[in-house]
This record gives sequence, structure tokens and C-alpha cells, in this order.
Amino acid sequence: MSFTRKDLLGIEELSAGEIQSLLVAAVSFKEIIERNVKKVPTLRGKTIINLFLEPSTRTRISFELAGKYLSADVINISAGGSSVSKGESLLDTAKTLEAMKADYLVVRTPFAGAPLYLAKMVKSAVINAGDGAHEHPTQALLDLFTIQEKFQQIRSLKVAIIGDISHSRVARSNIWGLLKLGAEVTLIAPPTLLPIDIEKMGVKVRFKIDDELKKADLVYVLRLQRERQRGGLLPGLREYARLYGINSSRISKKAMVMHPGPLNQGIEIDDELAYGPRSLVTDQVTNGLAVRMAVLYLLVGKK
Amino acid sequence: MATKKMLAMDSSEIKRALRRIASEIIEKNNGTNELAIVGMVTKGVFLGNRLVKEINCLEDVAIPMGVLDTTLYRDDVNSKNFRPRVEQTEINFDINGKKIILVDDVIYTGRTVRAALDALMDFGRPQCIQLAVMIDRGHRELPISADYLGKLIETRKDEQVLVAVKEIEKEDMVYIVKDKKKSVKDGK
Repeated sequence: MSFTRKDLLGIEELSAGEIQSLLVAAVSFKEIIERNVKKVPTLRGKTIINLFLEPSTRTRISFELAGKYLSADVINISAGGSSVSKGESLLDTAKTLEAMKADYLVVRTPFAGAPLYLAKMVKSAVINAGDGAHEHPTQALLDLFTIQEKFQQIRSLKVAIIGDISHSRVARSNIWGLLKLGAEVTLIAPPTLLPIDIEKMGVKVRFKIDDELKKADLVYVLRLQRERQRGGLLPGLREYARLYGINSSRISKKAMVMHPGPLNQGIEIDDELAYGPRSLVTDQVTNGLAVRMAVLYLLVGKK
Repeated sequence: MATKKMLAMDSSEIKRALRRIASEIIEKNNGTNELAIVGMVTKGVFLGNRLVKEINCLEDVAIPMGVLDTTLYRDDVNSKNFRPRVEQTEINFDINGKKIILVDDVIYTGRTVRAALDALMDFGRPQCIQLAVMIDRGHRELPISADYLGKLIETRKDEQVLVAVKEIEKEDMVYIVKDKKKSVKDGK
């Protein structure tokens, strides 16, 4: 069980053993963020550059804090204030940052595959912080960590993922991760928000809420990505909320709920459930720090 | 792989050494007031637990025990292909004002103890820190020495010292291990 990669680009290419070694390491880092002095000197002298070409609060802050808790220097770049807005290409930007001796590039982009491309072109460790509708590996890792913490075991756990699967990199990374660790995954979404042939990944698919949802131990509610909706996929938000919105009467009494944030309150999930005792949403956020610290630690110095 | 294993301490010697160290700790600190033991992952934890028991036998008090992993404070994190597993640190008491007895199995270069001192300081400001180890094998690279010592053993750098404990190796023994094929550069 070990992790020897230079980059973290997606969950698809990881083995179950690699995922487990990241999750095991994260347990130790979680202890650090609960201390009074939340800092260890491990990455002293290392530089992490957060290159975020799409808006983000929690992922960016989470990477920033994870780096700072490990004593690295962290710099944030967004599309607006950088030469990206003058038309500099992503590769030029990355090469420039590499030349400034950045040890890590944490990349969030609207383009699927861009982190993979950069990883091949630069020596810095590249971490995919979300690329288009492709993958968001650290989100899946923090979700898997949260599930393992709550249920002890992921094998044979019944997980329902509900919402906009087509546009969701979170869904894709989580499906890979859950299946590799042996969970039973059911996707629930209107047909217009499901990619064609998604069953071939090894998941069950439902177009409506039915008994399958009641059987789930864990209900993972996706954010309806209003900014990525092209016209015509949904008749309207109110109808979506009525047909696919999750509230406590629609799920099993024992089920827990998760959501990657940010929430569209009252649309995909009702407030009482999202902030209630059966919600793991805040655990997800805390665990995100621990998992990202583990990722940064395990990628250090692999050139 | 041809290895040669020489016995350096047997289980009764280890037991006597622990008992002696326990009394030395009590004597040097004028009792057990404010004492706490912190065992260093992995073997130091087992030895630390035994010291807690020995002190309990002698003075009838239960002193607090913590576990310290120094991986994240090491000075060789940058070296290539070096990535030991991070274990968990568990110090469930306030170390401010405590007299901390840091426990490990072997002291060698002194770098692990250096890391442990830094790690402990992040938890607060202890009154003092003292070091107890079972084996001092020499070859120090830092100005650090043990306050309580089981046994001093002259070793060569290509030898290893293995402190075996019941909890892992099913026996309490100390061996000097010599690998005839490759010389071991680092490590206990």
C-alpha cells in the first residue's frame, strides 16, 4: 500500500490500494487540525500555487489552509487578476509558475483534461482541483473519507447519488472511488441530466425517485449546476425541486446525507435535512482539509 | 539474505532496566508530581506503557501517557522516495507545566529526538523534557543525550539494533542485527 505518483489527476486511474493509502494518511492529518497549534513543519520551504480559473470558495480555501497547516507557502491566482485575462495560454502560465520554482500547481479549470496536459509539461506536482465535467479527485477522497469515518466500511454500502450527473465532476470521481472500494451505487436523475451509457461504469440507474432511494444507506445530493445548464434540459427549477428534491420523508430513516456544496437551498435538498443531525455536510468540509494535507504530503518531492 | 543476529539483552534484563529507569525517574523528579510519559511511535509507546506500570507499582499513582509520531517533523522529508507512513499522535492531557519523560527504544543520530522535541513544543510549554531510551548505540549527529538509559551498546553503522517487544515480536529481546550482504546506512 503506497502512493508513488507525481500528480493527482483523477480517481479513475488510482487503484483501491492507492485510495486507501491516501485515506489512511488523512486520519493522522485530521488529528493535527484538531490541535491548538494547527501547524507542522513538514512542507517548510515548499511553494503551492493555486491556479483557479473558475470560481471556488471551499476548494481553494481548503487547499490554501491545508498548505499553510503544513508550513508551505501558498499563493492564489485567479483568471481575472492574472495574465490569463490578457490571453496568456494555460501552458504559458504553468511554465511561468514552474520557472518560479512552484513545487505544486493546484489547478481548477473549465477544461476537462487540462490538468493531465499540464502534468506532462511541467515538473511541478499537479493536483486536479476540478476540470470541467471530468473529475474532482480531492472532493471524492474527502467524501470517501467521510463515509469511511461514519460507516467504518465502504464495501457493500448502498449509495444513491441524485442530481445533475452529466455536468458533475464530483459525481464522476465519486462513482469511480465508491465502485473501486466496493460500494453499490445507484444514480437517480432525469434522463436529460444523465450521460448516455453511464450504466457501463457498473452503476444502477433510475429516472425517478422510487424504492431504490429508500434502500440507500447514504444519499449523496449533487448541486444543480445552474451555471452549466444549457436551455431545455429542465422544464424549471420548481419542477426539479418537486420531483427530485430530497427531504427526510423521501429517504430511509437511517440514511445519512451528503452534499458537496455550495447548496441551492430548497431546490435539491431541503434546509432542515441539509443542516440537521443526519447531514454530513460540515464533516465533509473539515475532512477536506485533512485529505488535502495527506495529498500534499504524499506528493512531496516526486519529480 | 544472510543476516547475523546477536542477543544484546534478554527479557529479564529488559525488565530490570525498566524497573531501574522507573525508580530513577521518581528519584530525580522527587516523586511523580506533574510527571507524564510520552512514547514515540512505535516501540517507544510499548516501553512507555511499561514505565507507566512500573511507576504505578512503585508509587501507586497512574501518570498520564501520550503517543507521539514525529514523521511530519523529520528533517529528511525532502529526500527522494522517502515517505514513511504517518502514524497518529495522541496526547490527551495538557502538557503545559508537565515534566515530560520522552521514551524511545534506541537513540542513534539524535535526529528523531530533535523532531520529537519540536513536535512536543507545538503542544504547549512543558516544565521540562527528559529522555529515556532502552539502547544508546552511539553515532550521535546532534548534541542530545539520554537522561535514563537501559544499556549502552557499541555498534557499527552497518549494524542494526532491534528492540523486540512482546506486543509485536512475541518476545522481549534486544538484538544486534548484521546484514552480511548490504551495509545498512540508516536506521535502527
